[in-house]
Amino acid sequence: MSARQNSLAIETPEGVVFSYELATPAVRALAWSVDAAAIGTIVYLAGKATESVGHVNADWAGALSAILFFVAQVGYGIVLEWRWRGQTIGKRLLNLRVVDAQGLRLQLPQIVLRNLLRLVDSLPLLYLVGGIAALVSRRCQRLGDLAANTIVARQRAFEEPDLEQIAPAKYNSLLAYPHLAARLRALAGAEAVGMAVRAVARRDGYEPRARVELFAELAEYFRGLVEFPAAALEGLTDEQYVRSVLRVIYGGAR
Amino acid sequence: MILDLRRFVASERAYWDELDALLRRLESEPELRMTLEEIQRVQYLYERASADLSRLDTFSTEPRLREFLEALVSRAYMEIHETRAPLKIHWKSVVLEFPRAFRRRMGAFRLSLAVTLVGCAFGWFAIHQDPRTKAVLMPFPGLMQSPAQRVAQEESAKSDRLKGVKASFSAELMTHNTQVTVLALALGMTWGVGTLILLFYNGVILGAVATDYITGGQGVFLAAWLLPHGSIEIPAILLGGQAGFVLAGALIGWGGGLPRAARLRAVAHDLFAIIGGAACLLVWAGIVEAFVSQYHRPVVPYGLKIAFGAVELAALSLFLGWAGRE
Repeated sequence: MSARQNSLAIETPEGVVFSYELATPAVRALAWSVDAAAIGTIVYLAGKATESVGHVNADWAGALSAILFFVAQVGYGIVLEWRWRGQTIGKRLLNLRVVDAQGLRLQLPQIVLRNLLRLVDSLPLLYLVGGIAALVSRRCQRLGDLAANTIVARQRAFEEPDLEQIAPAKYNSLLAYPHLAARLRALAGAEAVGMAVRAVARRDGYEPRARVELFAELAEYFRGLVEFPAAALEGLTDEQYVRSVLRVIYGGAR
Repeated sequence: MILDLRRFVASERAYWDELDALLRRLESEPELRMTLEEIQRVQYLYERASADLSRLDTFSTEPRLREFLEALVSRAYMEIHETRAPLKIHWKSVVLEFPRAFRRRMGAFRLSLAVTLVGCAFGWFAIHQDPRTKAVLMPFPGLMQSPAQRVAQEESAKSDRLKGVKASFSAELMTHNTQVTVLALALGMTWGVGTLILLFYNGVILGAVATDYITGGQGVFLAAWLLPHGSIEIPAILLGGQAGFVLAGALIGWGGGLPRAARLRAVAHDLFAIIGGAACLLVWAGIVEAFVSQYHRPVVPYGLKIAFGAVELAALSLFLGWAGRE
């Protein structure tokens, strides 16, 4: 079994790297169950529609029903993924999208191929083959994805940087010393700042003791970079100090 | 040095929004042709967003903004760096692409045909050695009686046994045969083993039925029964097998230095053309099987049915062999 990836990184000719967050088999199964329900509804409605034809000619109604059932099953994924650029109803609801594994535009033959190969992926029942393939594959691909060179990725929407959460715009005693704040911004390492951001974002999930120890270590690191006057630090816990530091770094000196 | 994120977002947001709006237009209208100025603007905005992403990677660790910029750059990259022409549905080129793809992958078709013929030979051998194997090799109730009995029964029928169900029967044949053909393609993902087994099994049934009828002295009936639809249906299933072997070849990658993803990408268009063409053939075969093949002498003369099947096979061979040649 190859090592599973959570994301697929693509480097552009300009040297910029971007990544797709891969959808897990569980999320894909949820999207599929929504799509199965949608196909069931389409088939039901088509059945109702052909019933009216049955009053005129039962034979033609039967033929129409068989063909519509087949077309709905095969065509649902193909038509929607083509029209909605890699999305079906289930994928839309769960913010997923089929994308080319090289990051290029999805082509119709790729969509057709990945959907036709559902015939094998769905064997023997409930997508067992496809599910196992997705579980063991490095990029969480079922057989149809492997053949069509596609992946299913989580779609991301724009979210403003959450500065209020990590560094609220309250009175900040460190900003009373703009020259020291500027020095702190210049010296703080990206890795340590990243750790501080994550620590603040997850602070409510830590054990109380671990939380105190973690912020003490972070505060010690930042204190070692720049020494603020005692007046600026008076009454600040280590955690408050770290959040004030992040405010200085992300919010700029005022 | 760490970015002042607020200032950074405030200064760049307008460019990101503009790029997002242009990309939305492109995504919602695949046929859209932009002016030169618009293309240059997209290129500029893409490069600017890429540079922003680069700065963010270098100077900042704010994860949500990076995720957003990555998504924006990936969408723009998709539009700008795609060199494959978008597939346009021009019926003439779509129709001609099918025989061209067939000829490009002739080796896989020969393999598909060879496996089926080996299956036929096996079916012939088994029935020839022990006619009792018929029950195992041809598990269809309609074929269990002796060929002479069946022919006598069909030729003396006073009523149309398919009356009132011809269209439904035809639809069932179309969908079932299309599923078998698509399965032959899809089983290519088993490195071709599944495709091989499916084609071999089809060949065994075909060989067993043919041997049973020919040795029973009913060769003409067999030809008149099978040729009208079989001259299209059997090649269509062989085409499914061809597609399966092409897929298997790309998966295995004998003799090529390309990575697997590149090999699969290289065959995707041909697979699409071949399987699409085979599906269309099966629609025709389904109609013929329900409306023509099931009628025998004296309703339809055998000579006429055989000639009809021969003309279909010749037309199909001509189409696949010569249509779209340059």
